[in-house]
Amino acid sequence: MSGGGITPSDRFEKAVKLTLADGQMRANLRHATTTIRRKRQRAQDEVPDWQELRDRAARMKDDAHARLPELLIQLEERVQDAGGRVHWARDAAEAREIVAAIAAGYGLNRVVKVKSMTTDEIELNDFLASRGIAAVETDLAELICQLAGDRPSHILVPAIHRNRREIQELFRRTLGADLPTDNPAELAEAARLHLRRTFLAAEMAVSGANFAVAETGTVAVVESEGNGRMCLTLPRVLATVMGVEKVFPLWSDVELMLRLLPRSSTAERMNPYTSFWTGVRPGDGPQEFHLILLDNGRSRVLADPSTRETLRCIRCSACLNVCPVYERAGGHAYGSVYPGPIGAILTPQLLGMEHGEANSLPGASSLCGACLEVCPVKIDIPRILVELRAKAGVKPAESAGLKAAAWAMASPRRFEAAIRWARRGRGLAPLLPGPLSGWLQGRDLPEMPARSFREEWRRSR
Amino acid sequence: MEAESVNPSRDAILARLREALEGSSPRPRQDEPGAWPTPDPVAEFAEKAAEYRARVWRGCQADAPARLAEVIGAGRAAVAPGLDTHLIPPGAEVRSRIRPVEAETYAAAVTGCRLAIAETGTIVLDHGPDQGTRSLTLLPDHHICLVRTDQIVAGVAEAVAALKGAGLQTWISGPSATSDIELIRVEGVHGPRRLDILILEPDA
Amino acid sequence: MRVQLFVTCLNDAVFPKVGLATARVLEAVGCRVEFDERQVCCGQMHLNSGDEASGRDLAVRMAEVFAEAEAVVSPSGSCVAMARHFWPKLAGDTGRIAAQKTFELSEFLTHRLAQGLGRGWTPEFAGRVAWHSSCHGRRGLGLLDQPKALLRQVRGLELLEIESEDQCCGFGGTFSVKNPDVSLAMMDDKLDALEATGAEWITGTDSSCLMHLAGGLSRRGSRLKTIHLAEILAGGAD
Repeated sequence: MSGGGITPSDRFEKAVKLTLADGQMRANLRHATTTIRRKRQRAQDEVPDWQELRDRAARMKDDAHARLPELLIQLEERVQDAGGRVHWARDAAEAREIVAAIAAGYGLNRVVKVKSMTTDEIELNDFLASRGIAAVETDLAELICQLAGDRPSHILVPAIHRNRREIQELFRRTLGADLPTDNPAELAEAARLHLRRTFLAAEMAVSGANFAVAETGTVAVVESEGNGRMCLTLPRVLATVMGVEKVFPLWSDVELMLRLLPRSSTAERMNPYTSFWTGVRPGDGPQEFHLILLDNGRSRVLADPSTRETLRCIRCSACLNVCPVYERAGGHAYGSVYPGPIGAILTPQLLGMEHGEANSLPGASSLCGACLEVCPVKIDIPRILVELRAKAGVKPAESAGLKAAAWAMASPRRFEAAIRWARRGRGLAPLLPGPLSGWLQGRDLPEMPARSFREEWRRSR
Repeated sequence: MEAESVNPSRDAILARLREALEGSSPRPRQDEPGAWPTPDPVAEFAEKAAEYRARVWRGCQADAPARLAEVIGAGRAAVAPGLDTHLIPPGAEVRSRIRPVEAETYAAAVTGCRLAIAETGTIVLDHGPDQGTRSLTLLPDHHICLVRTDQIVAGVAEAVAALKGAGLQTWISGPSATSDIELIRVEGVHGPRRLDILILEPDA
Repeated sequence: MRVQLFVTCLNDAVFPKVGLATARVLEAVGCRVEFDERQVCCGQMHLNSGDEASGRDLAVRMAEVFAEAEAVVSPSGSCVAMARHFWPKLAGDTGRIAAQKTFELSEFLTHRLAQGLGRGWTPEFAGRVAWHSSCHGRRGLGLLDQPKALLRQVRGLELLEIESEDQCCGFGGTFSVKNPDVSLAMMDDKLDALEATGAEWITGTDSSCLMHLAGGLSRRGSRLKTIHLAEILAGGAD
């Protein structure tokens, strides 16, 4: 299977037991994220106005979201004026039906795909297959996931959990490629050869969009390999699925995206290829363009002013690459195509905080703050994690512990009594309510001192 | 607009968004584009384009045809129709598009560009007559792009400002590449695997 | 200068020596140290665990205790980050007033020494000491080189640093017990790096991280021990 959706089937603390046990995957992730972290820092340090750029981008996104209905209507008009068609999808099911109907309308049973997290979010590929339409992933990492039957585990590089050796084996087995070595350049060449004929024969492409400009009706795809250009240029039909939050007001705002996104995601000054198109250009590229605007929970995220900045996300994945929890847990533990710190706040908000599995995700953080430091649109992920923990509500047993601790701590006298109690029981309550077994799993408890600080203080002064 | 009344999904989404935004008001935003400080945009562009494995040559207009012939080599080349005729080497074919069935016919495509950016080493095509349609610079494995020094701007912000109104654009920074295996950059996937940039100084 | 010692609930209950050492260091640089017994917990654990109501209640109480002080100093980057960033939000004007005069120990000392105060202070500590940077001090208060600069002034001390200094040790409050598997995986990597320095001691600004690392060291049977920054700086203050 490929795609993957956003609905976790287990709570994070349970799912992570499986992924942590996969030593190969952990080693792969550690290697990849360590490499990219250093490069990203260099790419950032080269830009003198980096911090201003982040502030400007955050303001721009907030402005866009505050005016989302009018911007979407403006975008719709401009796209239609330029010969495109605009569709609206309330949820994943509606979006999938629209794409399938477009393909069926042209009598097609095969589409080529540009890497798109949004189509992974709506589990498009499996649905198209059920309608007899084959979806061929053309991005290298998505192709690896598709061939291996893996879920994506990273926003930028969905197959980050696989190393070159595993990819060599996979390509040998599934593509029949003759690969004497696991040199990444040769692996990329094998993918090129495999997909070339597919591109040349493609009649319809499905893409996502990195952003769209309301004032001009222009849509953009930012990529590296050229598979995007192939898909956006050669077929006669193009369907683009875009989350409603990706629209922004002005053409001049493109500066912010193109200066922040490549340096934050692949740590390059600029990605190799960015394609912009506006509706249909006679005689050049697809002559039928369908833009599908997807809600699928985004309006729910927008509804809370204290956490709506989550929607600023431009899917760069810098927060994943610096996150110590992601580096060890891996993307699959998050149970959603949006993993890592941004996934921990986005997934539960898209699904609603009452979702019993997804609402464990805000707990998947030590609140170290590395994500906020690198986020190009300054999403205060640590603060939002804390807000969402409060919204998720505390489990009854844990709540009792917290309430008891708060009660003890609200009075110095009760606190002293609690310390004496803890000294006898060798527990950490009320300092660390929660299962003591969790602590003891890999750590010993500290020796409790004979006297507390305040007792010592009274004696000495 | 009749479309509104017959599209329940559109109405529902817009209604949800309006409801979500109830009580919050947009804050007016004033934004100043960020300038890229560079003492020598041409040199910086040449350096950065080369860092991403584009092959960069700098010379005067008069020397360009000879250099172009050398870069094209023996392969069959397609040249965008709008290029200055004196730049078109003998034997090259003028084409504005390459059809998929001709994908392997042409070894190289020769085009101009709309502008180039020093900050990032990027060339930008808006697919005007001297650049051809998108297929011209996509299917041949070798793209040769002519950049006049007066087309080179300092930063991305300047480029974006100059490109307003161009509905179709392709931004190119080096040959095609991927970081999908262990986040290590490898050049050469589906797009042209070779990119030559000829920077043309004005004739003295 | 009169300084209120904000000892933190963890030091009060489990690491009283850290509180006493903090007081000695502050006195050594010329402060008069007071301890208001009404203080208990800053509210961070409750806030971060999703119990905002309790967190607010505790924050309001603490802000009231400290709002009157001339300066408040604490041997914890994490608790001071909580005060600075959340008390104003949770405890209004009183929270803002208290937060403005609350400082982490190394931050306070750096400032004081820069003003030329506490010149006679010459701490001594013999040993090889590896530095552990706590996230909330680092990212919440901007403590990067300040604590290390203080350690470099300690006579007899050899300071050892690790490349992965900016990586979290995996404590994270109740994260450590609610997600023990990830927490321990992070701790193991951190301990490996710290042990590889050949240090005898690990030091840092926060007893919470140090308690977590010490628990892991003890389980490993390691000879490496933890010691709070205040205890090292107090080494020469007795």
